[in-house]
Amino acid sequence: MGLDFSIIPKYMDIILLGVGWTVGITVAAALLSFVGGIIFAVIALYAPWLIRQPFRLIEWVFMGTPLLLQLFLIYFGLVQIGIDLPAFVAGIIGLGLHFAVYNSELIQTAILAVDKGQMEAARTLGLGRGQALRKVVIPQAVRAVIPPIGNNMIALLKDSALVSVIGVSELTLSAQRVIGKTYRPFEFYILAAAFYYVINLCMEWVQRKIERRISISR
Amino acid sequence: MDIDLMLKVYPFFLEAAWVTIVLSVLTAILGLICGTLGAAARLSRFALLRFLGAAYVSVFRGTPALIQLFILYFGGPQIGIQLDAFEAGVIGLGINAGAYMTETIRGAIIAIDKGQREAARTLGLSSWQATYKVILPQSARLMVRPLGVNLNMLIKATALVAAIAVVELTYTAQRYIGSTYKPFEMFLLAGILYMIIIYVTGRGVAWLDRKVQIN
Repeated sequence: MGLDFSIIPKYMDIILLGVGWTVGITVAAALLSFVGGIIFAVIALYAPWLIRQPFRLIEWVFMGTPLLLQLFLIYFGLVQIGIDLPAFVAGIIGLGLHFAVYNSELIQTAILAVDKGQMEAARTLGLGRGQALRKVVIPQAVRAVIPPIGNNMIALLKDSALVSVIGVSELTLSAQRVIGKTYRPFEFYILAAAFYYVINLCMEWVQRKIERRISISR
Repeated sequence: MDIDLMLKVYPFFLEAAWVTIVLSVLTAILGLICGTLGAAARLSRFALLRFLGAAYVSVFRGTPALIQLFILYFGGPQIGIQLDAFEAGVIGLGINAGAYMTETIRGAIIAIDKGQREAARTLGLSSWQATYKVILPQSARLMVRPLGVNLNMLIKATALVAAIAVVELTYTAQRYIGSTYKPFEMFLLAGILYMIIIYVTGRGVAWLDRKVQIN
């Protein structure tokens, strides 16, 4: 069987719908991973020992096992404890938590890198510890980690393909569905790859813009 | 937690862990070969090779590894490439890992001071000799740790071949989750084995890194 790319336009609507889902899932998981990353970082650094240590263990497990395995755990695990979420929600939670752990690592380093005097000055000015963290330290730390977090978000886009395995109709599964009808895997997986590549390029472009803006205003 | 069940199925997980290890080793070897060739291309004096190297890195790092695997395994037969799932897994993941390693190796090479090459050339070494005897031994030291990070990612990426039904750790976990409805227990079994593999590899890399450093 040779190649025939002329078949693509006929199924373009299904693929484009998949692109929409991929973008949506990536954005939602990215937001979750960003907020989660900040919360995780604060827990890892400032929570009492009894909370901090088990939490570190969980972080370690998340970093030491494959995302695909974690997705299976979250998807089937939630069902088992009676929470029957749609696959795409489980996918967003899985992707979001996985990358929250990686973001947390970056944010922790950045929080520790913020000058101690900032916290001291804030406390002297009468802010509480939590307030000083929230209003003075964390905003500075987050600024510093935006470029490396951008790299994580690009990795997230690519890893969003994995949620196809738990049945989320994003780009990869849409391609699979079309292939099920047409028996043309090469053409449609190449098409899917091209869409991922374009989204990836867009994200890199945005990342460069943001980096430039940050470096100017510093 | 169902300990009895875990004790009953763990031999299958051990077998699967062995497949994951073999897969990781073969993928790492192929990745290193591709990474070395990629870095050589990216640093070549020929513009065409530089372009090909850059395109390789950009395309393979810019698209999901899962899709690359599917193109090779499912799409391959259409262009005359017939591979079984394991072969497709090693080749697909190896080429993908090679793109990441290209950047690691290239980074370690360009981090070496330019003066080293100039000095070597001044002393009468040929360009190839300067690279081989002066630059590479120094950059090899810088490479160990970042290549260790690549290796860590690669081991976790081997889980992707579960999607083309290679019976490794993740596939085994998935199958037993399906048949026992005990996701947590199966995750624990597979997770512990992954973490052992990754921990041991990490220690190995740290040992090698200490070995190659000059005190």
